[in-house]
Amino acid sequence: MKRTVTALPYPARPEDVEAALFVPAPFDAEESERTGYSRYSYWRSTVRTFLKSRSSIVLLVLMISFSVFAFAYPLVSNTDPNEVSLELSDWNKRPGPGAGIFGTDGLGRDIWARTWYGTRTSLTLGLVIALFDVGLGMFMGALWGYVRGIDRVMTEIYNVLTNIPRTVVLVLLSYILQPGFWTIVIAMSSTGWISIARFIRNKVLTIRDAEYNVASRCLGTPLSRIITMNILPFLVSIVIMETALTIPYTIGVEVFLGFIGLGLPVKEVSLGNLINLGKNNFMLYPYQLTAPTVVLAVVTISFYIVGNKFADASDPRNHV
Amino acid sequence: MRAYILKRFGESLVTVFIVIFAVFMLMRFMPVEGYFTREDFTEMTAEARQVYLQSIGISGNPFGQFGRFLSGLAVGDWGRSITVYPKTPIASIIAEKAGYSLAFGLSAIGISIVFGLALGIAMAQNKDRLVDSLGTLYVVVVRAIPSLIYLFLIQIWVSGILGWPMVFYADVPVSWILPTVSMALPGIAWYAIWLRRFMVDEENKDYIKFAISKGLPRKKVMTGHVLRNAAVPLVQYLPTQILLTIAGSLIIESMYSIPGLGGLLVYAIRQQDNPLVQALVLLFSVLGIFGVFLGDILMVLIDPRIKLEGTSRTGDHV
Repeated sequence: MKRTVTALPYPARPEDVEAALFVPAPFDAEESERTGYSRYSYWRSTVRTFLKSRSSIVLLVLMISFSVFAFAYPLVSNTDPNEVSLELSDWNKRPGPGAGIFGTDGLGRDIWARTWYGTRTSLTLGLVIALFDVGLGMFMGALWGYVRGIDRVMTEIYNVLTNIPRTVVLVLLSYILQPGFWTIVIAMSSTGWISIARFIRNKVLTIRDAEYNVASRCLGTPLSRIITMNILPFLVSIVIMETALTIPYTIGVEVFLGFIGLGLPVKEVSLGNLINLGKNNFMLYPYQLTAPTVVLAVVTISFYIVGNKFADASDPRNHV
Repeated sequence: MRAYILKRFGESLVTVFIVIFAVFMLMRFMPVEGYFTREDFTEMTAEARQVYLQSIGISGNPFGQFGRFLSGLAVGDWGRSITVYPKTPIASIIAEKAGYSLAFGLSAIGISIVFGLALGIAMAQNKDRLVDSLGTLYVVVVRAIPSLIYLFLIQIWVSGILGWPMVFYADVPVSWILPTVSMALPGIAWYAIWLRRFMVDEENKDYIKFAISKGLPRKKVMTGHVLRNAAVPLVQYLPTQILLTIAGSLIIESMYSIPGLGGLLVYAIRQQDNPLVQALVLLFSVLGIFGVFLGDILMVLIDPRIKLEGTSRTGDHV
């Protein structure tokens, strides 16, 4: 880290000292930034720390290519994932030529196509939930931090929501509401936002009066710059990390809800439905479970590790 | 200290009350058909249905219903099951099944503490070496892949390879092993990853560096300072884990047909047994709330660094 310090204008003669002591300095935006200036950039350091490990690069590439392929699959293939065959010979075909890459299921539906459509559903579900969690969490968290009057109420809500096992809330809400996409969103987001809100609240309380922000204000740094340079980086890294970690969790929840009979309706193509169907046929046709599992595992593991590595990389303490 | 316990206990009671209220009111949104067995519903006339609903306390003003429900709970009346065990009091079903969940859950906690702590210590001691990578791989697999998949594969493959029964039999001890080990897998990962992180954090602190540089034996520093401090945050969650063993593992109990409460909840959901689902959800929530309460108390007891707010002031008031 290089540090350029402007030379202090020491006066040469004592009489000049008197004159130089109390000269009001005009505010100069450029000059105020130059003092203590370092070439440190939060984002460059985060990216550099992240890319330092080769495994994160590989997983990031896997994560992006699998996600892009899942969303682009309908463009490159026109196989209908719901197309049922009435021919007995089309049912339960093992993977191979003429049967698709992953074979067909008990109704002659193409498992390769179903896997990618399912991945798309699950990724969409995860993204929507992450959006709700993060959006609601940041809004309520900012409110919680700034408005002192609601602190008691919010703390009570926090205690209630975090004291109950999350699975119980999930099961109860899915049981009461009609099974479907938005039921899972509601069941997940109703508890997911509170931990983010709590985090933001603590950040608001500490960041706002942190010494570096007080210093920035004293130097006359405009509010917009304080927000973009000092506060936003914290929030953006939370958004990315939460999204990355919500996706494997959501997929797990969807599989679990499908197992207890509260998942997405069977007619919808999702990883949870694929896994639960494949599980039921496992004894006779093991590929119907293992094939989608391979794709699912790559997706969940890559998101999980990338999310964690990014969380580490976005922590300034890990920056060199 | 006593003031703190009383205050936390009071808070927990408030939370319990809010949860019971919320769950009960949410359940009012369910169609009332969920309170009949299929035969009863078709056989009864509209008036008979109304009389029946009144008799089990779920018609009329919801707040009145809630009051009756609470007074029922107070004397141990949890209502009766409808479709799973028709007309059987739920309290007696729970009493019969909790033992199985408790036995499996406690053994699984024991296993996960022993192996999880051992793995965590090994990973922290060999940071960035082979043991650490293998341990991380295990943790990532267990935490990132939906548990249903690997639990199912373990049930099928391992029982096939070892020739063990695929489901639970109360009189065949060898059939107890797989479900217990399966239940411990996430716990092992949890203990290992957190202990590793806390130990690594602790090792980087100045007082540890000082202790080592002044010549204290490494082993003494490790057991006396690093491990002891790193274990403190883990202890907080122990009461919740122990209490929730009564709830059992939903997936594993249902997969291995263990007659515990977790499997019962899955079955009750599939059979649409409203009172049973409600009672189990309430039971699990209350256990969770008191687990957190006991965890907070335990934390204060074992960690001398925690200063209670207001404790110094209580003296002034007296």
